[in-house]
Amino acid sequence: MTTNAQNQAKAVALISGGLDSMLAARVVKDQGVHVEGLNFFTGFCVEGHTHAIRNHDRKRPKRNNALWVAEQLGIKLHIIDVIEEYKDVVINPRHGYGANLNPCLDCKSFMVGKARQWMQAHGFDFIVTGEVVGQRPMSQRRETFPVVQRESGAGDLLLRPLCAKLQSPTAAERNGWVDRQSLYDFSGRSRKPQMALAAALGIEDYAQPAGGCCFLTDTTYSRKLNDLWQSRGQKTYELDDIMLLKVGRHIRPRPHFKLIIARDAGETNYLQGYRHRFSHLTMTSHNGPLTLIEGDLNESEMALAARIAARFGQGRDANRVTFDAVLGRGDPVPLCIQPLPSSEIPAQWYV
Amino acid sequence: MSRHILDARNLLCPMPVIRTQDRVKALNTGDILEVQCTDPGALNDIPAWCRVHGHEVVATNEDAGGVVVILRVTTSTPT
Repeated sequence: MTTNAQNQAKAVALISGGLDSMLAARVVKDQGVHVEGLNFFTGFCVEGHTHAIRNHDRKRPKRNNALWVAEQLGIKLHIIDVIEEYKDVVINPRHGYGANLNPCLDCKSFMVGKARQWMQAHGFDFIVTGEVVGQRPMSQRRETFPVVQRESGAGDLLLRPLCAKLQSPTAAERNGWVDRQSLYDFSGRSRKPQMALAAALGIEDYAQPAGGCCFLTDTTYSRKLNDLWQSRGQKTYELDDIMLLKVGRHIRPRPHFKLIIARDAGETNYLQGYRHRFSHLTMTSHNGPLTLIEGDLNESEMALAARIAARFGQGRDANRVTFDAVLGRGDPVPLCIQPLPSSEIPAQWYV
Repeated sequence: MSRHILDARNLLCPMPVIRTQDRVKALNTGDILEVQCTDPGALNDIPAWCRVHGHEVVATNEDAGGVVVILRVTTSTPT
């Protein structure tokens, strides 16, 4: 720990881009502490990727909310790539999953632990998070707060300014780096205290009032990830795998192959970048989406894939639809099929 | 002072920012870095990262081929 009798105390704040972490960092900064932000890229972040891919999201402002928050607060933000290290959190969560494949408690301990390492490497004094006791059913409960402190190794160097008055004093308070009386006692799932504090601080624009920043909390996404693991017979993934789960309709007509069908021109454009690594179908007789096929399939299965893919183009009601079909790393071959009636695509094929 | 090029094409946000951040750490004050991207979000995110770290955005450009952000490394208190 650095000596702060003469120096300004330094805090590293976890910045998600949402309101709570923004408020927590602001409250500490307003007490004269030097604050810098950390943001971790796990590969499952909703921000950024989805906005860049889909057509309808292109109308939204293309901003990274964590960077935007840092700019509003006037603090530096360090974005850390934790994709590889995070795999163990997702695949082997010590505390299990939440409602979906969200390992929230392990995730929080992991991120605070990374912040502790960063704090020590850069001579900072303590860690700030926007956690509120009772806010989240898995990771933000009175019983789990000590778990995060213990498993991250942060101990009482972790300050939660928004609910600090409901906790025992931490090092930041005991050492006088912050004034405990100027911290808060928020609890529960209500967002009203945070919104009131934002208003009091003159913060009018902020993103995602309550979470929603991780795909692992999403039921559909988690189902796709489970399907990926089941089809491979093991819980593993690479970044491209989890990126592709964010894109397109996923239809698995047979256990050993799956179609990824773009839902709009933006997704078709995105999937183009992957087509050389997959068997794929490009509709030539009508306007239609690009379809990637993950897995090994034969020519007859390719015809089935084409009949399914034809359902999602403008030729869905035509007698014949033609594709350029690429099987494996082969050359494009014309493939003419009749679209499969929707009644012949069982609901269970949709992942 | 020297000029460098970072190829961040086919990477989606925030990877172009992370690559920029890591590259800048290895450069000297006054060096110019041209970051080439295909994610349109980089047009906002890399300048935002420059602003919070005090680096100068020299130019930005977006066309059918993608996004280019040119920045000059300034003397920023390292952390």
